[in-house]
Amino acid sequence: MVSQARKSELLFSGSDWDFSRLSRVYDEIEALGLEELRLDIYPVQMEVISSEQMLDAYSSVGMPLMYRHWSFGKRFLYDELLYRKGARGLAYELVINSNPCIVYLMEENTMALQALVTAHAALGHNHFFKNNHLFRQWTDAGGILSYLDFAKSYIARCEERHGLAAVEAILDSAHALMEQGVFRYHRPPRLSSEQQREGLRERLEYEERSFNDLWRTLPPPQESGETKTGIDDDAAERKKSLHLPEENLLYFLEKNSLVLEPWQREIVRIVRVIAQYFYPQRQTQVMNEGCATFVHYTLMNTLFDRGRISEGAMLEILRNHSNVVFQPAYDDPRFSGINPYALGLDMMQDIQRISTTPTAEDRDWFPDIAGRGDWRDTLVDAWANHRDESFIRQYLSPALIRKWRLFVLADGADEPHYEVASIHNERGYAKIRSALAQSYDIGASRPDIQVIDVDLLGDRHLRLQHTVKDGVMLEGESRDATLRHVRNLWGYDVSLAAIDGGTGAMLSERWTKEL
Amino acid sequence: MPIFIDRRLNPKDKSLGNRQRFLRRAREDLKRSVRDHVRTGRIADVDREHAVPMPRKGINEPTFGNDKETGRRQHILPGNRTFSPGDLIAKPGGGGGYGSAPGTTASEDDFRFVLSREEVLDLFFEDLELPDLVKLNLKQILSFKPRRAGFSASGAPTNINVGRTMRNSHGRRIALRRPKQAELDAIARQIAELEAKPASAAVSERIAALREAFERLERRRRRIAYVDPVDIRFNRFDPQPVPNASAVMFCLMDVSGSMGEREKDLAKRFFVLLHLFLTRRYERTEVVFIRHTHEAKEVDEHTFFYHTESGGTVVSTALEEMHRIIEERYPVAEWNIYAAQASDGDNFATDSERCIELLDRKIMRLCQYFAYVEIIDERESHIFGSTENGTSLWRAYNAVDGKWPNFQMRRIAAPADIYPVFRELFARQPDLRKSA
Repeated sequence: MVSQARKSELLFSGSDWDFSRLSRVYDEIEALGLEELRLDIYPVQMEVISSEQMLDAYSSVGMPLMYRHWSFGKRFLYDELLYRKGARGLAYELVINSNPCIVYLMEENTMALQALVTAHAALGHNHFFKNNHLFRQWTDAGGILSYLDFAKSYIARCEERHGLAAVEAILDSAHALMEQGVFRYHRPPRLSSEQQREGLRERLEYEERSFNDLWRTLPPPQESGETKTGIDDDAAERKKSLHLPEENLLYFLEKNSLVLEPWQREIVRIVRVIAQYFYPQRQTQVMNEGCATFVHYTLMNTLFDRGRISEGAMLEILRNHSNVVFQPAYDDPRFSGINPYALGLDMMQDIQRISTTPTAEDRDWFPDIAGRGDWRDTLVDAWANHRDESFIRQYLSPALIRKWRLFVLADGADEPHYEVASIHNERGYAKIRSALAQSYDIGASRPDIQVIDVDLLGDRHLRLQHTVKDGVMLEGESRDATLRHVRNLWGYDVSLAAIDGGTGAMLSERWTKEL
Repeated sequence: MPIFIDRRLNPKDKSLGNRQRFLRRAREDLKRSVRDHVRTGRIADVDREHAVPMPRKGINEPTFGNDKETGRRQHILPGNRTFSPGDLIAKPGGGGGYGSAPGTTASEDDFRFVLSREEVLDLFFEDLELPDLVKLNLKQILSFKPRRAGFSASGAPTNINVGRTMRNSHGRRIALRRPKQAELDAIARQIAELEAKPASAAVSERIAALREAFERLERRRRRIAYVDPVDIRFNRFDPQPVPNASAVMFCLMDVSGSMGEREKDLAKRFFVLLHLFLTRRYERTEVVFIRHTHEAKEVDEHTFFYHTESGGTVVSTALEEMHRIIEERYPVAEWNIYAAQASDGDNFATDSERCIELLDRKIMRLCQYFAYVEIIDERESHIFGSTENGTSLWRAYNAVDGKWPNFQMRRIAAPADIYPVFRELFARQPDLRKSA
């Protein structure tokens, strides 16, 4: 009798899935997530796809719609080969930051896996996308799909009108600068080009309306002579009018290039918008995966405790879970860097622990959250307000550093040895924490390249500046090839100066003329 | 309740466009790979999928990236067991170190991917500069022609035979006595007439009876459909294979010392093209390899292309051998015989006479087509371009050429020269197809 009652409570049994089961499981998990973890999510759209379609999605950077470019074809070949060889499994799911949130489920998954994936993607990632401040500030979840649709058809039209080669050349050049095509510090202009065109039209109308021929009759400004200050003033004025220095190279080229046709500008813009869309994802890998993993782990365990999932299914879920969060040590042949799933989950579970059963050390390090009891609030707050770098800086605890046995290797290119700089001891905790946080700071680890000057009336020579940090230079061959792409987009000579960030000394300068 | 969408049945090759763009991009490299394949593989293998190495040129995606060989950086790693601060660890040789992403450098070298048959042929043809019409014909798989074959009760909606369907429907309606519209109209008219009269018991009774009859007929009409699924007939088509026969292709080649790598490579492509053409035309194609010095021998493909033998050059021996094999194994009634001969043109002067005689008397009567290519040095090509004098074999064959329309000869210095040899062969093909 008891066993029968228990059985009827099970959400599913057996490994086959169908749509009614998926829907029942989703409803249960959603209700649980909202109530238990106080999640706040976009509506969900689940799409079942085959493995080949998953490979397709992989190659087009995980988006369901993408314009055509040979580099996606190349990526597809690599992904396909790795998959066919068995060197790498496919993801069980793919989730897209859009509203409604699109979750891809693989048809090969068992029902237990589908439940896991639902909790992971449809709840965990979804909550993160909707609430994290980076995504809220920088991406437009409601508009991205229609924008990609526009981008795809626009580029297809350009290919028809101007030929494959011409479009490819622009896309190649724009792709090369994708890393330098994001705004890091202020809000990007709105996605809709409609509004921009509208603004431009209004402005032109205003200028026409307020045109006054009298201005022309004013006497010319006083001759200031050929003094040095005059030239400097000119340069300052010029830079100000172009908003220089500018770190978003694609934006600068799109707005100021003298050789691009309107359709070419639009393509550069499309690449830039997509780069910007992915920028938050790259800054929140650990948090995003950690959040999703934490959510699925907690929810699945709660369901199991309530007798809604059978032991067999739970075992399967746990096996997959532990595969995902596996972190080999640095000397293990399987080691390939720090696993963001593992780090994220461990840190979040650590916050849970600190909130409920803190040690004296935790009270020392985290006076504001230790023993507060309510780990849900702390986590929801962390998910909303941090990115990887600040999250680690804020919450990586000495207990976790010991558990992971983290250590820091100092690596100077000129030295024959690595030096162990810090290990998991009292003197090392803070240093490890800050070094790890630093390594997740994209702004710090990517080369800092800015447009510093261009004389539009003179030889139109575009000057870029690379601020060298810690003596890390740019890789030569790739730099030259990328400079050529900049020249393609700019149309005139380009130079790239490497300036030491500390001393301000010029280390090297590279001209496209020399290439 | 989320929205579910089943995308499994959506069209699959979403990334086909990307693949085509990629292949176009790496065309030169891929062409070289296919050329190598043709050089080392078997003749029949050209018409198949190939695994080719990832091209190296033109597919880099440069970005501004940090140089790993410069500057100071820190690596944060898990799993410390023995280190204390200040320990020095020797760097592993060859650079790279901990920071490098795995699987991006080492594995790219042995990375191979598969080109489909069409893609291989495209690349192969581009080298030979084949005209589009010919490419199309060669790429075609053995074709079936749909032929009308009566009617069937199932099929695609586009194939519905309306006349036949309506005839069935009509018969069924008659058999089941489906009321006609005219009958209904007549009753309705009667009712209307009666209703127009002043009301009385008899009239209303009559109206009720008519109404009932009307109703009954209408029900019957509803039950017996105008066109029922059982009436529908479809045109039936049977795929009829285009008539085919067997073909045998003789490859004759002079392997004496004067034929070097380049000459053999050109000869091989010439053979490949003829083979492709034959496999398209005929259901069954066999290839016979005969190589000769001062004596001829039938050999397998590998020996044919890769073993060198020294000796003089007596071409007629190969022709004799070919004739012997035809007599022995390939009766003309059952086989279409094609021959392709490649040589550098050297021959004993006296032997050339014998060649003419052999071709004239015996072989040309048996052959559908005989193609001779003389492989010359690129520097000689402008000297020999059009003049009629040349090597002894060339002069001898000239006589045959004039006499037999199915004999073709050509001098070849580069791959692009190969196709013209076959021009007539290919040009004839569409006509043959039409008449078949």
